[in-house]
Amino acid sequence: MSTLTDPPNAGFRLSMLFNDTRYRSLTFQVIAAIVLALCIWYLGNNLIQNLRAAGLNISYSFLGDPAGYDINQRLIDYNSQSSHARAALVGVLNTLLVAFLACITATVFGVVAGVLRLSNNWLVSKLMAVYVEIFRNIPILIWIIIIFTIMTAVMPGPRAFRGDDATSSMVLDLFAFTNRGVYIPMPWFESGLFASTAMNWVLVLAGFLLSWFVSGRVTTWANHKQEETGERPKTLLLKLAIWFVPFAILMLIMGLTWEVPALKGFNFKGGIKIGGPLIALWFALSIYTGAFIAENVRAGIQAISKGQTEAAAALGLRQGRIMNLVVLPQALRVIIPPLISQYLNITKNSSLAIAVGYADITATLGGITLNQTGRAIECVLLLMLFYLTASLTISTVMNIYNSSVKLKER
Amino acid sequence: MADQTTNSVAFVADGNIPESPPPANETGVVKWLRDNLFSGVTNSILTILALVLIYLLLKNTLPWILNGVWNANSLAECREILAGRTGACFAVLTERWPQLIYGFKYPVDAYWRPNVAFVLMLIALAPVLFFDLPRKLLIITAVYPFVAFWLIWGGTILVPVVALLGCVAGGFVFQKAGKNSFAAGFFGAIVAALVVWQAGGWLIPEGASENAWLTAVPSRDLGGYMLNMMLGLTCVSLSLPLGIALALGRQSRMPLIKWISVVFIEFVRGVPLITLLFVASVMLAYFFPPESTVDLFLRVVIMITMFSSAYIAEVIRGGLAALPRGQYEAADSLGLDYPQAMRLIILPQAMKISIPGIVNVAVGLFKDTTLVSVISMFDLVGMIRGPILASTEWNGVYWELWGFAALVFFVVCYGISQYSQWLERRLATDHH
Repeated sequence: MSTLTDPPNAGFRLSMLFNDTRYRSLTFQVIAAIVLALCIWYLGNNLIQNLRAAGLNISYSFLGDPAGYDINQRLIDYNSQSSHARAALVGVLNTLLVAFLACITATVFGVVAGVLRLSNNWLVSKLMAVYVEIFRNIPILIWIIIIFTIMTAVMPGPRAFRGDDATSSMVLDLFAFTNRGVYIPMPWFESGLFASTAMNWVLVLAGFLLSWFVSGRVTTWANHKQEETGERPKTLLLKLAIWFVPFAILMLIMGLTWEVPALKGFNFKGGIKIGGPLIALWFALSIYTGAFIAENVRAGIQAISKGQTEAAAALGLRQGRIMNLVVLPQALRVIIPPLISQYLNITKNSSLAIAVGYADITATLGGITLNQTGRAIECVLLLMLFYLTASLTISTVMNIYNSSVKLKER
Repeated sequence: MADQTTNSVAFVADGNIPESPPPANETGVVKWLRDNLFSGVTNSILTILALVLIYLLLKNTLPWILNGVWNANSLAECREILAGRTGACFAVLTERWPQLIYGFKYPVDAYWRPNVAFVLMLIALAPVLFFDLPRKLLIITAVYPFVAFWLIWGGTILVPVVALLGCVAGGFVFQKAGKNSFAAGFFGAIVAALVVWQAGGWLIPEGASENAWLTAVPSRDLGGYMLNMMLGLTCVSLSLPLGIALALGRQSRMPLIKWISVVFIEFVRGVPLITLLFVASVMLAYFFPPESTVDLFLRVVIMITMFSSAYIAEVIRGGLAALPRGQYEAADSLGLDYPQAMRLIILPQAMKISIPGIVNVAVGLFKDTTLVSVISMFDLVGMIRGPILASTEWNGVYWELWGFAALVFFVVCYGISQYSQWLERRLATDHH
């Protein structure tokens, strides 16, 4: 029996590699490194042999070849003579488009359903509970297909809009819901300040940003004034003017007109066409993820102790102000982290576009391009790279936002 | 003052006023309605809107369901029977029932095998899910995977028997050698199992599956809802140990092990399951030895298991992080080494915290098994989209089929989440 003050044995024995805490972690790591290297070598070796046997190599030159297929729903110019890389870019933009749209609508659905689920109204809260349970417990793929079926099998064809005995009519004479997609009016400028449409829209966006900035300054000024004098100046009209007057003037100068879709021949022409697959994917992602967000919102609001609400009420705040000034800012801290992962889920689930033929990156690069060129490894790797980048970017951006609303601790 | 008491008091109550029932609008149904449905203008409007919504839903679906036709051979026949009335054509479910459940290639005379496997599954899951049942039943759970494999795939019984023997040998070695050192027991068990399997591989005669009592069914003939259940169950049970290992790896103080776990988890969580399924269907074959053929089912199981183990690892990491530091220190001060501390002190508590999260992952995974239809496996969704909706008889029967698919997934997923809530209440040992 040795005491703790005994010096360690001077000699080195092999068993010390496993039993001595000074060496043990190193031993395990060396073993892990060897096993990892062996695995990589084994898989890599198999890959090389298989590729040699199939007469293939790893090369990304196919990206420059003409793609040879058409894409209906696209945000940038593309035709069948464009390269595979261009097709992939169209897919990337389509993925980002549907993910962006779905994130916004899912948040709206989720917040509304989450707040309504806590409503005092028994019927409404039960209805919302049913909504949440139904949509959470049925696979998103089934929802996408069901909504796509509604879009294609239930909506009337363009033919039904024609003639005197038309069975369908356009909503408000502006929107047409057909089985080929939804047509909505398209705004455009008669006398734009720039030649290209995109630049004109950038100008409008810049105008909005300016309004946003100025209205932010007004709020700061009002806060300042309130702290100095105790009276809050009325800023509502001023803010409305800041938001709308420059916008209206800009629209007037550039001559905003709406191009309304109209039935020409066998199909609708003009306006913006939103294809059935996009709508199916967008709507399904929104209501499905909305159900999850509703639960997060509910949990966030319930996490705020009743004492907070009561204290605010004791201060004499109105119901709406209690929600806006006391409950929501605190609930937001609880809601945002799960909301981040819901946004990531939307982005990843948008890859199910391939099931309804929406040309996102999975359908173009991972679908048609892969099948045409047979470049499975390259395509799948690029696909994964894209999603990894997108996921990491979203989580970084949202984490920055999260740390800005987080409770500032010492 | 004095004359006040003598003159102004006309009446002095000499007893209690008898209790009377509350007013009619403060009791019973009326009060409940007022409090819960019509407590204000906004609330009343919401109630009326909700009622209108429910009415519209029922008005459109009830006649459709109640008029449903259950016996017909095609959509045309259905329409004839309905004669212009609205009504569902549930006949597609009865007529295509075997296809929906077992897929379209599973041998008809072998349908009893998945059925038996299903019943056995319920028995095998019972002791895992409900702790009150006798622990002896866990033996059934341990044997179940081998029995189910034999029942569903058929072929010679020697394969599952050898596999089981390998596991038994591994367990035996672990019992013997694991007493002193966990690592020795663990690696010894793996070696023992591998030796038994290798020896078994030599012993099983070539072509033993051809004249077996249960005819062999290749993996590509599996399909329908059975495939969803098999994938879900297999992948969840395989990814649990892997997820625990990854979670511990991510917490490890050894930089290399931590680094491997973090890269694996973050990579898998950053890509959609579909890309991993693409890997399974078009890419994974390149990484196996050239002469081997690993069938699609196994490749898909590998990828889905990897996928869910990363998510389970994150859930368990949350559980590990939620444990107070004192638990780790207490385990250390008792003189327990790392495997003992984990097995006896840390993991039981961390797993308890993680149960709701793990169940969420399991439900999500079960729903995600429908994605295999994208890589042309014929699971329930694949069967409906492919052989059934494409057939001439049933082309156009959308709502009945998708409603059925939605219903079966809803029943299972809702059941699992209710179970998890029950379990949470059951395991709650803290005081409120």
